[in-house]
Amino acid sequence: MNQDVWITGIGIVSSLGEGIDQHWQALTSGARPVLDRETIPPFAIHPMVELDLSKQIPKRGDQRQMEPWQRLGVYAAGLAIDDAGARDPDLLESMDMIIAAGGGERDIAVDNQILTELLSTNDAVRTLIERLSNDLRPTLFLAQLPNLVAGNISIVHGVRGSSRTFMGEEAAGFDAVRNAHARIAAGQSRICLVGGSLNAAREDMILLYEMGGYNWTGEEDSVWARADGNGGLRLGSMGVFLMLESADHARARGATPVAAVRSVAADRCAREPGAITSSFGAMWQSVSGGTTPANLGIVSGATGVASQAAEELAFLRVLDAPIRATATRIGHGVEAQFLASLAFAAMCVDNAAMFAPLDTAGVEQPANGACDNVLVTGIGHWRGEGLALVTRANI
Amino acid sequence: MKDASGRPVIVVTGTGIVTALGEGKQDNWATLTAGKSGIHAITRFPTEGLRTTIGGTIDFVDVDPFNCASFTSEIATRAAREAVEQAGAGRAGDFPGPLFLAMPPIEMEWPMREKILKSQPRHESADYGDLIASARPFAGDDREDCLFGSVGEHLASTFGTKGSPISLTTACASGATAIQLAIEAIRRGETDAALTVAADGSMYPETMIRFSLLSALSTQNDEPEKASRPFSKNRDGFVMAEGAAALVIESYEHARARGASILGVIRGGGEKADSFHRTRSNPDGKAIVGAMTAALADAGCEPDEIDYINAHGTGTPENDKMEHFAVNAIFGERASRLPISSNKSMIGHTLTAAGAIEAVVSLLTMEHQRIPPTINYDIPDPAIDLDVVPNVARDATVTTVMSNSFGFGGQNASLIFAREPA
Repeated sequence: MNQDVWITGIGIVSSLGEGIDQHWQALTSGARPVLDRETIPPFAIHPMVELDLSKQIPKRGDQRQMEPWQRLGVYAAGLAIDDAGARDPDLLESMDMIIAAGGGERDIAVDNQILTELLSTNDAVRTLIERLSNDLRPTLFLAQLPNLVAGNISIVHGVRGSSRTFMGEEAAGFDAVRNAHARIAAGQSRICLVGGSLNAAREDMILLYEMGGYNWTGEEDSVWARADGNGGLRLGSMGVFLMLESADHARARGATPVAAVRSVAADRCAREPGAITSSFGAMWQSVSGGTTPANLGIVSGATGVASQAAEELAFLRVLDAPIRATATRIGHGVEAQFLASLAFAAMCVDNAAMFAPLDTAGVEQPANGACDNVLVTGIGHWRGEGLALVTRANI
Repeated sequence: MKDASGRPVIVVTGTGIVTALGEGKQDNWATLTAGKSGIHAITRFPTEGLRTTIGGTIDFVDVDPFNCASFTSEIATRAAREAVEQAGAGRAGDFPGPLFLAMPPIEMEWPMREKILKSQPRHESADYGDLIASARPFAGDDREDCLFGSVGEHLASTFGTKGSPISLTTACASGATAIQLAIEAIRRGETDAALTVAADGSMYPETMIRFSLLSALSTQNDEPEKASRPFSKNRDGFVMAEGAAALVIESYEHARARGASILGVIRGGGEKADSFHRTRSNPDGKAIVGAMTAALADAGCEPDEIDYINAHGTGTPENDKMEHFAVNAIFGERASRLPISSNKSMIGHTLTAAGAIEAVVSLLTMEHQRIPPTINYDIPDPAIDLDVVPNVARDATVTTVMSNSFGFGGQNASLIFAREPA
């Protein structure tokens, strides 16, 4: 490990807007969360702002070949490439890519027709085969495969180095950042586009989180204060991409860093009582080297699941640093959540300040003084924990 | 021991394999070298109405309920157990390194939707709103079988691998990518050992229909064992199959220090993304050639050192044409004499698992000094001038092997294996 790893570009779209400036503005102004309670009632989701897709995906044909979650990813990837000043054919030719992905949208109309027919048939498999064979769009499969976010980024933006897609809900996000960071630090990659996206406006996605009761249907916005039952999460549409780059490579091409990623860790624990607190504690030793950095802030990936939030807080309180959980404002982005938290952490370091508290529950306190280091936490709603330490880049 | 670039030499000390040909290396190797097909008519579910009704299902493994997550997990566990037991690394349930898992996308499947739907009385019509309204009680295994992280979580618990398991997909190159991640982790000193597993149990009606709608599958249903015909003139698509493979990968130093038997060396790997089309390679072949060239460069290997190519060889008109093009571009006038064969002619295309299954077969090929054939090679494609080791296994001196894997989404990866450190 000898290369510093810099964030040289950020592409982010969510319910708060498009790009770094709109997001920083929204977080510092104390605006209320944007919620859509109409699309999939009674569930509230954080909707995507309206995007002019043609700005990043110029060909109509390319837009048509994708479903919304892919478009959000490809759009945000383009923003990150632009923000990094990396839209150069030679650079794109050797640029690596690690995507944290789930699966794509289903054809809800086809599925609903099948559900209705399943009520009256006594041969479910025959019904399925007949309907799916006749009614599915042939290319829908390509809009569902996780690795086709990467495939579309290659096609639309011309990224042509290595292309890898990680899966596994939230853990896919911190594994992607961890792996990209490790490769760059060790000189195995020089520049790597890392990101993910989620379309929250999907009934099949709400269904998945309704199993086991993970959706939050209460009024409370703050992820720290969802006390009814075991709390829950509100999904938020987002696309988030970061350009990670070795300091030497960035300097050589004259790119300026937003921040540096000093260290990343990810692990899993058995999720017995107290295990999340211990898991974070052990990872903190590895990412901090045992010393709490000065002027520390925390951007938490807390989802809103109450028992997990309590365990995470038990770890965070020891650090005595201002905490901000951005799912309160933009919702939970599953695979993309850790990327979003890293993006916000980089903005804080770049502005040398934390943004205002997002909750009214008293967990998030105003920050006194500068912010030079930000700890990012990631927590899987059912498995996996991750940490990253974002610092000022040593220019 | 370091390689020519000063990096740790990477070795394999344990392998495991489960395919339609059988469970374990012994059965698979015997069947592969006998030139026997594992492709048959699908009986696990009714196939009436499907354009393709054949495949390489693993019928000797049963899970209940059957779904992609549970079946993939089961065959992955079996392959991993064979590999871990052979390697003898760590103690049972305490593997001394991380897990890199190549696996298919996991989703809620129709039997689960039907189960939720019928958990409440219904009238004449139903939609997602009904599913959502009834979903809350379905937690635990019902839910985990719909989540991407479930297979890795299960394997990590069973084998006691360290850290966060990485689950990945690069479509039909996934198995090779998982091996690359292990190589990289050992080279950068992050670990001395890694467990790499690739498994695919995604043969259910909806996935078969999806591939059929893309015209990717062979429709030679009448003679299943003859349907997978890589490099033949009358090839008409690949044959879907289930399969799993696992490799225990270590640094040479670590393996020697604990007295492990070394099965072979992974000299290196390379990859290159294609930006041409979602399912087709750029006709200029640059990305496929680029992946193979990158693998040779990473391995510090000259093309002349390669004795045998374990082909991606899916049997689709497009793949075999482009793979031939790339082999020609790299090996020049030697291309037509260099043995290249496709295990998929017998196993079928195990998608996510193929790269790792073919890695295990590549190691077996060097161990036995015998090349498994490309079967069903009855009508050669005159446009493909390659020595495909037609129909019958062949004894040969094989010390270095190239194994190729290509996938939808512009994924191209290539690995180089050797008998001994270079």
